[in-house]
Amino acid sequence: MEAINTQDIATNDLAWKIEYIPERCTLCGSCVAACTFAAIAFVRVDLPHKKTKLLIRQEPSLAHCCVGCGVCEKLCPSQAIRPIANPHSRQHLLTSCSGPARRGGRSNLQRQRTVDALLVGRISQMTDPSLDAERHTFDIKAPLGRILSPDKLPLQRIGDTLTITGKTPPVRWIYPLLFSDMSIGALSTHAWEAIALAVAYLNEVCHIPVRMSSGEGGMPMKLITSDKLKYMILQIASGHFGWDRIIRTIPHMPCDPAGILIKIGQGAKPGDGGLLPESKVEHHIQHIRGVPKTTLHSPPNHQGLYSIEEAVQKMHLSLHAAFGFRVPVAIKCAASSTSVAVYNNLLRDPYNICGGFFLDGVQGGTGAANTVSLDHTGHPIASTLRDCYRAAVAQGLQGQIPLWVGGGIGMTGQAAADAFKLICLGANGVFIGKLLIQLLGCVGNEYGRCNQCSTGQCPTGICTQDYRLMMRLDIDKGAEAIVNYVLTFDSELRKLMAPVGNSSLPVGRADALISTDAAIAKQLGIQYAC
Amino acid sequence: MCRIGAIKSTVPVKPKLALKLMLPQQEGHDSSGFAMVMQDLYGVFADSKEKPLLSMACTARGVQRINEYMDRHGFVQLAQWVPDVVHDQALALQAMPRYVFRTYEYPEIYQYRSQKAREDLLLDTRLALRALLAEEDDGYVYSFWPDVLTLKEIGDPAAIATYFRLWDDDCRLVAKNIVVQCRQNTNYAIVRYAAHPFFLQGYTLCANGENTFFTKNREFQIPLHRGYMGFESDSQTLLYSLHYVLHERQWPIQYFKHIITPLPYEEIQHKNDAPLLMLLRETLANLEINGPNTLIGMLPDGTMINCCDAKKLRPIVIGKTPSCVVISSEVCGINAVIPQRDVGTDIYPTERELITITNDLEITRWKQ
Repeated sequence: MEAINTQDIATNDLAWKIEYIPERCTLCGSCVAACTFAAIAFVRVDLPHKKTKLLIRQEPSLAHCCVGCGVCEKLCPSQAIRPIANPHSRQHLLTSCSGPARRGGRSNLQRQRTVDALLVGRISQMTDPSLDAERHTFDIKAPLGRILSPDKLPLQRIGDTLTITGKTPPVRWIYPLLFSDMSIGALSTHAWEAIALAVAYLNEVCHIPVRMSSGEGGMPMKLITSDKLKYMILQIASGHFGWDRIIRTIPHMPCDPAGILIKIGQGAKPGDGGLLPESKVEHHIQHIRGVPKTTLHSPPNHQGLYSIEEAVQKMHLSLHAAFGFRVPVAIKCAASSTSVAVYNNLLRDPYNICGGFFLDGVQGGTGAANTVSLDHTGHPIASTLRDCYRAAVAQGLQGQIPLWVGGGIGMTGQAAADAFKLICLGANGVFIGKLLIQLLGCVGNEYGRCNQCSTGQCPTGICTQDYRLMMRLDIDKGAEAIVNYVLTFDSELRKLMAPVGNSSLPVGRADALISTDAAIAKQLGIQYAC
Repeated sequence: MCRIGAIKSTVPVKPKLALKLMLPQQEGHDSSGFAMVMQDLYGVFADSKEKPLLSMACTARGVQRINEYMDRHGFVQLAQWVPDVVHDQALALQAMPRYVFRTYEYPEIYQYRSQKAREDLLLDTRLALRALLAEEDDGYVYSFWPDVLTLKEIGDPAAIATYFRLWDDDCRLVAKNIVVQCRQNTNYAIVRYAAHPFFLQGYTLCANGENTFFTKNREFQIPLHRGYMGFESDSQTLLYSLHYVLHERQWPIQYFKHIITPLPYEEIQHKNDAPLLMLLRETLANLEINGPNTLIGMLPDGTMINCCDAKKLRPIVIGKTPSCVVISSEVCGINAVIPQRDVGTDIYPTERELITITNDLEITRWKQ
């Protein structure tokens, strides 16, 4: 009997197998040269009669496993090679033997979505007219900033007019689709630039006031000191990366940023903190962030903040003060069973200083996280959002701290439908991240494809700092794809607003929704239909 | 669909003029009801204009319970109008056993209290009476306010008028202001409280439309004021917004229009008072109405107002003569009431206008 070592790895132990058809292969070598994971290689195979043949073979190796990115298939001129998901994979088990596994992308277990069980069911028919999505005008904007209750407005009646007699918190009215926080570092400079370029184009050519969050990683000096800064929301997280330079640049900023976003947690990996592996901390990232070449951990909590009151007083107030109380300061938390308690505290704070509550659901993406966090921690967004909104309604405070939600928006490709349904449940707007990089060409998904954002070997040049890989991403074409998607989003949003007869966003208009799932209908307080 | 109308006259007019205004518009409504609010009363209540007038429809037991409540709380009954109804089975209406239209003297202690205290007393009393009657389904209280009378009933408006003898020339109900609506059927149940005009502390409002932001409006209004209740109709929120802006916040009337149909963001930026308009829009976003609507309002001082939704999806027209102004969903109603007028002076308000009509019939067209 042939001897065998049972600990040896075979390709059938891996999550992805390479299907190779030698008869079609021209041995051009493109696939081998393009595979950033070195998962395939040329091998010379001995044939009878002392003949040999050159073939392409998948490496039976955990270190060089195929991730299913499909770059080989994309490049192959003769369709001779492609990855196939392997249902018999032991890869998860085997990789856990060498410490906690890490990856990027979305949860691969939590794929069920509440919004898919919702329908826009209150259609205007006969009793009131639907609007015309093509010909009527629509007013599609959402607030970012603290909104006061009417009895707190500093207004004085003089004759037949009202006059503002005091200061009110800064509020920006922006598009209800916000480009979420993905840092320079997590993203390649090319990818980040493509998104920023799309934002500028959407604002200045399409007149759609989309805003972009910088992510925790600082900003390029050219952007901080340009008037495009007004489209940017600066993020500060527990690592404070990049903020030394931002603070020093404040006197030189030609305009105010759109907002400040304090990141407490992230839906994809709540309680896990931020993580930028050393492999991605290249020279330019060190420069922007002001750090040496090392793995960068943002702690899971903000050091020095021990209570929500402190968070309000220290971070909100100091950031407000830094920008002369002209810039709204919002906070982003991972959705949690405790979200309502946090929101209540923010609503009741005596300073009226929190300008937005960003809730990130379990289906959000990330650049790097422990796999166990990605797959087993987090909270669905729909019921969290609804509970927060209803908690505000119960106190008569709805709308005062705008609710922005994200995490899995556009997972099916139709972000407008997701946004509309979440707005009806009480959101003022939504934010997207993973969807943006998918528009740039990211092939990662929630079925285990690729998700190698943490390795620095991103085959699409999006989540890497390797210049050779970055060159695979055409910045202009990437920006164009994002712009076109947002234009479609805008058009589709109108097509959802028109049938329910609304020309402005139906925030909290849950009566426009029905659910075909009785449990979901009950939990969200909407009509059940079957 | 509702049809709404109003008559504002320098001389007191009878309800039959309001019927004359509404019946030609019958094709536009379903003849399922008739409701009107009369203000600045003459005739039977001419001598007790300062005294609160209770308007309600109830059972005999309901009357008894109301009497006991009013006695217990120190109200003393003054004038009363008991309609001499026509008992005819052929009349298509669902009459209540009793109709009460009475003025009361304030409780003695309130003779010396402020106007606001009295207003609060009248509201609290109406709400208490409403709750009292609701306990055992004994009837409905529509208004309790000086110089204001409300009549509502389910059925064919012409039959209702016959039942109450509103067609008679010697009808003792007369007023300088009448706001009227012909439809009792809501999109849901047929409920008397759902019939507009609605009334709250001197403010009257009726509307023709669908308020698609009803849920948002309602959720925002409930904690604002104890009088913001019921919500049997999606149009009630419009009355509460009117009351909130003018009575609670004491803001000028044009801001009511700015709040229920705010200007688009882009247009606001070009206004001189842009910061104020943005502030109002963001703070009171939950009072915005969306969907088709046109409304007629009447203020405590008798001023009438009219405005429409932001896209002018429901009709309204205003006609006038030297002695009266008539507002109507359809011009055929005005033609029936004041055919002699100069139709060239008819006003068809735009989606941006707020029309106010003062007691001396001066019409102001304010543009947003």
